[in-house]
Amino acid sequence: MSGVLSASVVADTFTLPTIDYGALAPVLIVAAAAVIGVLVEAFAPRGARRPLQLVLVFGSLIAAFVAVVMHAGIRQLDGGGAVAIDGPGLVLQGAVLLISIVGAMLMAERMVDPAGDAFAARASTLPGSEDERQFSSRGFLQTEIWPLMLFAVTGMLLFPIANDLLLLFVALEVMSLPLYLLVGMARRRRLLSQEAALKYFILGSFSSAFFLFGSALLYGYSGSIKFGKIAEAIAGNPGQNMLILVGVGMVAVGLLFKIGAAPFHQWTPDVYQGAPTPVTAFMAAAVKVAAFGAILRVFYVIFGGLRWDWQPMLWVIAILTMLIGAIVAVTQTDVKRMLAYSSIAQAGFILLGVIAANPAGLRGAIFYLVAYAFTTLGTFAVVTLVRDSTGEATHLSKWAGLAKTSPLTATVFAIFLLSLAGIPLTSGFIGKFAVFTAAIEAGAMPLVIVALFASLIAAFVYGRVIVLMFFADPPADPPAVVVPSAFTTLAIAISVAVTVVLGIIPQPFLTLLEQAGVFIR
Amino acid sequence: MNVYAPILVLLALGAAFAIFSVTLTSFTGPKRYNRAKRDAYECGIDPTPQPVGGGHFPVKYYLTAMLFIVFDIEIVFLYPWAVAFDKLALFGLIEMLIFIGTVLVVYAYVWRRRGLEWE
Repeated sequence: MSGVLSASVVADTFTLPTIDYGALAPVLIVAAAAVIGVLVEAFAPRGARRPLQLVLVFGSLIAAFVAVVMHAGIRQLDGGGAVAIDGPGLVLQGAVLLISIVGAMLMAERMVDPAGDAFAARASTLPGSEDERQFSSRGFLQTEIWPLMLFAVTGMLLFPIANDLLLLFVALEVMSLPLYLLVGMARRRRLLSQEAALKYFILGSFSSAFFLFGSALLYGYSGSIKFGKIAEAIAGNPGQNMLILVGVGMVAVGLLFKIGAAPFHQWTPDVYQGAPTPVTAFMAAAVKVAAFGAILRVFYVIFGGLRWDWQPMLWVIAILTMLIGAIVAVTQTDVKRMLAYSSIAQAGFILLGVIAANPAGLRGAIFYLVAYAFTTLGTFAVVTLVRDSTGEATHLSKWAGLAKTSPLTATVFAIFLLSLAGIPLTSGFIGKFAVFTAAIEAGAMPLVIVALFASLIAAFVYGRVIVLMFFADPPADPPAVVVPSAFTTLAIAISVAVTVVLGIIPQPFLTLLEQAGVFIR
Repeated sequence: MNVYAPILVLLALGAAFAIFSVTLTSFTGPKRYNRAKRDAYECGIDPTPQPVGGGHFPVKYYLTAMLFIVFDIEIVFLYPWAVAFDKLALFGLIEMLIFIGTVLVVYAYVWRRRGLEWE
């Protein structure tokens, strides 16, 4: 009976959603390019695929970035309230696009690996089999990576502007599924790569299920999936309610998994180590920006009224994340794993901006994200260059005395590490300063003290690598630093430029963030 | 919270039944193992052989299953549209055509990459 009743109510209030396709142009451009990319894979001859895909990837990413810039100042809800296009959303979209352009440059590199690029010639062949040898000896290149990457970027562009739980979930999956595949496509150390892909996929699906269950509870509480409506329902019902608290917790688990916050960080080191390094660089940077964008919007817009309930939870998670990331990084001997743990610690610092729950925290978190993203792109780009006969020489002992064989590479890597450590005159310092002051403003002084302590431990980790590179003797069989093509060179140059410029003259970007304002409600 | 009480009761009943039957059969059921029983279960056919140290990893079933899911889900999304076809008007028609178009792209890809051929 009640079912019939509610069906008639729905029928009476049904209105067609209006969609402003112009405002969604960045997402649509990238999505369309991805679909065309699939058609290229289907119909273009093998030799023509790579150039066509590169034109599609860089063309669509740049076009989408231009579209984002042209949208500056727009502040509206779209698609019946499913999408919120506002200042912070647009800044995050622009950041994701720039990061993707640099990430695509790293993925396009063909000079550093003598066998081709960083991706398996055919990912479906059994590692170590005759088929695999044949495919790689014939010099085949995997070109499906390009549509996959564009699909992932589509999800990342939707993630920070999604304004209802269903769209947020769809964006989460569109972002994640191609990444699971990309992780498993490394040309070298195939088994490690496939293990990483499977781990990421299974744990990722698990966290998606958490997210979906939490969304169902929030819907059960408020009767709507729209962020604004849920926030109204929360404001209208003061006092605690198990349904909403469990819902907040489960949605948070799903989102915190994506940024690798402790205790949901276990996948990070394995996946960062196993994935092809250009993919590691791309996902370590872009996924963090997109997922933190969603976290910021969800916690500011939906759960703003419940601040006193979720802040203690995030305090615990932020402290765990910072300390586990920094302390476990000390024991790592593989440079990719060390950077993975450092990225966990960085996620903890950025969480301070979320916990602050004020406009300064929002600005600080976005600044930190952009600074961290470009530094991370740079560090992993340098990792692709230091190689021996088996591929990348990721063991830290191989990096000893790198400054003697290649002073430029060592200096560039040192700049990135100093930025990650938060040394003044680098972007990392301004980012840390911004989130820490925002957290102090919000009265989270104990948290900032823990963060400073964790920064000290992390600084030791980075400092140790710098000392190793500059003052230790090279090993008996030192790795070679290969000379990359223009793609990687440009990517590293952009990363260094952003790291240094944001460190010395951060004001223009801070002003931009101030103009961007806060999330639309 | 009262609205959810029947669901919780059902959940408890379901869990209790599952635990009860699994425990009971493990005590009462006869255990006579043979080779076929110890094999991995694959719908009653012989488990697909996996050559050691080389050869393709057989992914035929997986490909068929994936294709089924793609087109199955396409139909699932067509149902609500068909029900509200008149209210969604031209907007719904165009959106649905775009959706079917993207699935067609998938179909073209699978066809060109010989995903529809068994051998």
